[in-house]
Amino acid sequence: MEVIVTILSAAVRSGTPILYATLGEILTEKSGVMNLGLEGLMLIGALTGFWTALVTGNPALAIAAAFAVGVAVSTIHAFLCVSLGANQVVSGLALTMFGTGVSSLLGREMIGETIKGLRAVPVPFLSEIPVIGKVLFHHDVLVYASYFLVVFIAWFLYVTRAGLNLKAVGDDPHVVESVGLNPVRLRYVYTLIGGGLAAIGGAYLSVVYTKMWGDQMSAGRGWIAVALVIFAVWHPMRAVLGAYLFGGVGALQLRIQAAGTSIPAPLLLMLPYLFTIFVLLVISMRKKRGIVLGAPAALGVPYQREERT
Amino acid sequence: MKYRVILERRYQVPLHLEFLCPVISIVLALAVSAVLLVSLDVSPVRAFLAMWNGAFGSWWGLSEVVVKTIPLAICGIAVAISFRMKIWNIGAEGQIYLGALATAAVVRYAYVDSFPVMFVLMLAAAAAAGGFWGGIAGYLKARWNVNEIITTLMLNYVAIHLTDYFVYGPWRDPASLGFPMTAPFPEAARLPVLADTRVHVGILIALVLVLLYRVVLRWTRWGFEIRAIGENPKAADYAGISFLKNAVLVMVVSGALAAIAGMGEIAGLQGRLQPGLSPGYGYTAIIVAWLARLNPWSIFAVSFFMGGLFVGGESLQVVMRLPLSSIQVIQGLILFFVLASEFFRVYRIHIINTEAG
Repeated sequence: MEVIVTILSAAVRSGTPILYATLGEILTEKSGVMNLGLEGLMLIGALTGFWTALVTGNPALAIAAAFAVGVAVSTIHAFLCVSLGANQVVSGLALTMFGTGVSSLLGREMIGETIKGLRAVPVPFLSEIPVIGKVLFHHDVLVYASYFLVVFIAWFLYVTRAGLNLKAVGDDPHVVESVGLNPVRLRYVYTLIGGGLAAIGGAYLSVVYTKMWGDQMSAGRGWIAVALVIFAVWHPMRAVLGAYLFGGVGALQLRIQAAGTSIPAPLLLMLPYLFTIFVLLVISMRKKRGIVLGAPAALGVPYQREERT
Repeated sequence: MKYRVILERRYQVPLHLEFLCPVISIVLALAVSAVLLVSLDVSPVRAFLAMWNGAFGSWWGLSEVVVKTIPLAICGIAVAISFRMKIWNIGAEGQIYLGALATAAVVRYAYVDSFPVMFVLMLAAAAAAGGFWGGIAGYLKARWNVNEIITTLMLNYVAIHLTDYFVYGPWRDPASLGFPMTAPFPEAARLPVLADTRVHVGILIALVLVLLYRVVLRWTRWGFEIRAIGENPKAADYAGISFLKNAVLVMVVSGALAAIAGMGEIAGLQGRLQPGLSPGYGYTAIIVAWLARLNPWSIFAVSFFMGGLFVGGESLQVVMRLPLSSIQVIQGLILFFVLASEFFRVYRIHIINTEAG
């Protein structure tokens, strides 16, 4: 029992960076823009967060800075894909390359430094609930913030007017324009917010999780987040499930290794990736059987205003 | 005064733009990198000179550029075939590793002391392994519409960890003093090299593939089917062209070719299997294919340029002590600018005065 609680708690912790990136990408993709640059954004966020925490010693500021820089960098993607109608796959790949390169170039002198980072703050009362308290309420503020964010995004998407507009622009930007809204602006807004959230996910890794900067420390989590969006069928609640499942596989694999089993580490490290493929396969098979999903109809299709003279 | 911007789609892209767009993009990318370097207190002039001299300043440097052109061109062709069908094979990196793994397996378990036999065996094993790896993603895509970008990408990580498993585990050379690598390949399993350089016969394979790509796509039935599906999948479907068959086939071929690049890397160059055998050739190949607009000769030319960037990056690492991944900054920036220039290629931009009567 004790072991299971520890693993579940670790699953929440290591799932949180993926969760932030996934939530961001859900917003971006719901608006019809696909951002494959999450990996690069996470790295940039991780570096920005770490650097800010190192210089100022203020973790809150570090997270805010990561968000701001994530927003700024995804402006490139938004400009290319929304304003110029460029190929979103290529632009996303370019963003990942750029982010990987820039973070490793700028971070080369920060390797080996450590920061205090964010500390775990058990929530009063809630943390004393057996099992659930240990698993969910013995973490740092960013984990709690992610709980609120999930509920907020779900409410935003499915209850509010603005959420309806967001989904509409992802399904048919022309209709959105015909009712007097600006599809270009909407797509910009959600691409930038999504990028900022991915950067927070990255900052979680460096500021909270490891408290260090490591070259290419996101290690494919950005790509897993891209896959999780499909796993979650663009629903924030299911994103939580996916992110923690992934965190759990990672945590479990560390446990198995620590327990000194004879299974070699590289084979265990493959598990999350094989698991992603398996999950995608199951989802796609269900889709084939006609189960309706939340995929934005105009995902990846550039919006061009009709010519008027 | 009020102005309006009107976009007009061009019927034909003028020749000077075909040439100017990539050149201006590269210049702008270098300019932005220079600004970044200045902000790091690194002299961009010295950095770029170090890169240029490393890559093109000597015959040795130039031969090294050709060495890097080999895997880039082969993988460029590999991914270009699938891109023609609008199937995004992002998995060339993993397919390189699989090809290398299969090559090492042949050398370990089926070694024959004859180069021609070994060459055929290694080529076949690599192609089979890579074809299988690509085919998985192709089948999942064709049968259940599983997003191939994600599957090929995830398979990259699986392939890299699989390679790690073998070089850290059962295949590790006991004489390597604990380094994760296999024993060096015997002579008959090494590809011949040109004179005193490290340029191996892979360059011939690359050239043959460039030619084959042209011939197959332009003059064969299969090439026509690929292009038809890529241009308009619905129309191709009505015409009775099977998406399932072609998607699997194109991914098998794509994976097999990329794997051959992996074979060349270890049998031609490194002479043993070790982790990190590819510094991201599979990902760079995606840029190569895209920048070359899937045109075979351009793929070769762009590979040469990217090869120069890699060699330049290596000397940047040695001379300026900058990480090798710094060149990814330049690669990313080039892509950004080319993506932006695409807009000016496709549209003619008019600014008109709306108040003038």
